Amino acid sequence: MQDENARRVISVIVVNEASVLSRITDLFSGRGYNITSLTVAPIPDSRYSRLTIVTSGSIRVIEQITKQLHKLIPVLKVYEHADLVEKEMALIKFSVSENITDIATLCAAYNGKIVNVGDNVIIAMVADEPKRVDNFLKIINKYNPKEIVRSGAVALER
Amino acid sequence: MQISGAQMVIEALIAEGVDTIFGYPGGAIMNVYDEIYKQNNFKHILTRHEQAAVHAAEGYSKASGKVGVALITSGPGFTNAVTGIADAYMDSIPLVVISGQVPMSLIGTDAFQEIDAVGISRSCTKHNYLVTDASDLARVLKEAFYIASSGRPGPVHVDIPKDVTAQIAEFDYSIELNLETYKPHTKGNPRQIKKAMEAISKARRPIFYLGGGIVNSNAAYEVRELVKKTGIPAVETFMARGVLSHDDDLLISMLGMHGSYAANMAMSETDLVIGLGVRFDDRVTGKLSEFAKNAGVIHVDIDPASISKLVNADYPIVGDVKNVVNEMLELSSLINPAKYSAWRESIRNFDELHPLTYHEDSARLKPQWVIERVGELLGDIANISTDVGQHQMWTAQFYPFSRPRQFISSGGLGTMGFGFPAAIGVKAASPDKVSINFTGDGSILMNCQELMTAVERKLPVINIILNNNYLGMVRQWQTLFYDKRHSETDLSVQPDFVKLAEAFGGIGYRVNTKEEFDAALKDAVEKNIVAFIEVIIERLENVMPMVPSGGSLFNMMLLEKKEKK
Repeated sequence: MQDENARRVISVIVVNEASVLSRITDLFSGRGYNITSLTVAPIPDSRYSRLTIVTSGSIRVIEQITKQLHKLIPVLKVYEHADLVEKEMALIKFSVSENITDIATLCAAYNGKIVNVGDNVIIAMVADEPKRVDNFLKIINKYNPKEIVRSGAVALER
Repeated sequence: MQISGAQMVIEALIAEGVDTIFGYPGGAIMNVYDEIYKQNNFKHILTRHEQAAVHAAEGYSKASGKVGVALITSGPGFTNAVTGIADAYMDSIPLVVISGQVPMSLIGTDAFQEIDAVGISRSCTKHNYLVTDASDLARVLKEAFYIASSGRPGPVHVDIPKDVTAQIAEFDYSIELNLETYKPHTKGNPRQIKKAMEAISKARRPIFYLGGGIVNSNAAYEVRELVKKTGIPAVETFMARGVLSHDDDLLISMLGMHGSYAANMAMSETDLVIGLGVRFDDRVTGKLSEFAKNAGVIHVDIDPASISKLVNADYPIVGDVKNVVNEMLELSSLINPAKYSAWRESIRNFDELHPLTYHEDSARLKPQWVIERVGELLGDIANISTDVGQHQMWTAQFYPFSRPRQFISSGGLGTMGFGFPAAIGVKAASPDKVSINFTGDGSILMNCQELMTAVERKLPVINIILNNNYLGMVRQWQTLFYDKRHSETDLSVQPDFVKLAEAFGGIGYRVNTKEEFDAALKDAVEKNIVAFIEVIIERLENVMPMVPSGGSLFNMMLLEKKEKK
């Protein structure tokens, strides 16, 4: 984790109110920080939402990011994760003419399956660690995916 | 109590003890202005530009220590105000800026005078609100005042659609605030403070690095005591001028790009930096890797994000400077002032080698003389505002400041046009002091319409225009770093400043000699009306010393050695 541009995962607990997401993203763009991915959803039975932000930077930059996030008035907590469980989902569209059996087998190896079959296309889903999702997407390239969508990572500290 | 949103704004301002606000009416804020017309609890000062309203509120806040309030309309009213809001954000000035917005039903339709105000102010405010229901107004305004003035202060913007100011709802300002996500940390960690004091006692060449946070936390007198008890020399940032009195033996001077030789050398040779309410701004540190290279760093600040942002702190202390300095004072017996006598001596030597001075070697007056002279004649009875440029640096270098909140200037954003409206706000807050604005021939034109405000409201600001017919600071850089290509900085074509002042009902003076200057200043102070004193100064005078941008603090360009006449 010492290298200059290491990947980091930050979770932010914010009051679920208007424009809170822009406050977060404005902070990143205004101060020149990167967002690799960002997911957000309300925390059940509370007035808070949880954001998971994947970013990169040196220890000093990450420290600044977490401090600056903390300074935003609607931010309750900021965690920079070290030991965490991380998952990301991807949906991939293939033509039905591809080898569906192969695709289904591959999906199974990455916690996924075929979730929709249409007249012309099938949609497959995988949910795994972001690195493994990268890997999966590389492998399925040969089945000519028509469209790929990734959800961005979500994470929980162990 | 069932009242309109506009009435709520008035009631909230009264409840906050506001006595003066600055503003400019317009369509979307008319309901609030209608209520202002009906009330007598606070003064409204009509500026002649929204930017000036915000700068005046800043000046008012800086001089009084209270939250400044500005009131403006939507669209261009708001965008004009943005420079002032950004200025307050950079200098941590507590403001509540209330703007009108088009009615809720028109938001997002590109309506007349509609702009996404909270979208724009988000990045230059401490916090902002778009109020969509009048029943939220009590809470929002109460939070706005609390957030603006607590922790690291800053501007809070409240945008209120016109139909919300008309809406009748329940108003109760006695509500308890419940800001679960905002809890500024004001008390420093006692163990860290003890460790820091032990480090100071072990240091051989420690230095106090005093910043504007001391002024914000009203801790100047505690800091004066700490400096005195420890016998440790101190440098001030631009924002901290007046924290120590100019005649304090332990005050070296200002440090930074235009700091004194002794201050910058002391900062370069120290073995322990004791930073109080500072943020290691680039204009202070010069090249970061060379800044206080062999020193440990104690950093006290209320904003955790300021600590270790640029310079790593060995002893980080998050807390209000006043609380922390009071705790340090209790441990001051750990420190033996005699230990630093050799260090104090070497700083005196630096100062003797290259004192902060200037040469009176030109036919025209020297700007530094003018500033020193005002200091001699008015000293403590004046509050000093400035615009931005050479005159600003000369003021910071040469005015004999004796108290905090005496010096009001745009530090972080460096806003030309700040000085005059700010000085109007200063005068409104502090009517028994003379309000001086040192300005330049470039800056004064950026808000000279405020002559009208000052004349109308009998706020007799004395503007001393140091006129070198140049946009002087840029000209200085062009001379030094652009091979004298003075691109677009020659301001030879100018208005008649005397007539300009007179046209608005003020008084104008054009001054070429020392005698004329003394007479003009005396006359302006006695007549107690708004004045322009235009002083024709040496055209090519540079601000020295100077650390070239990005250079190390100890590599200063210095004043040429000459006998001072």
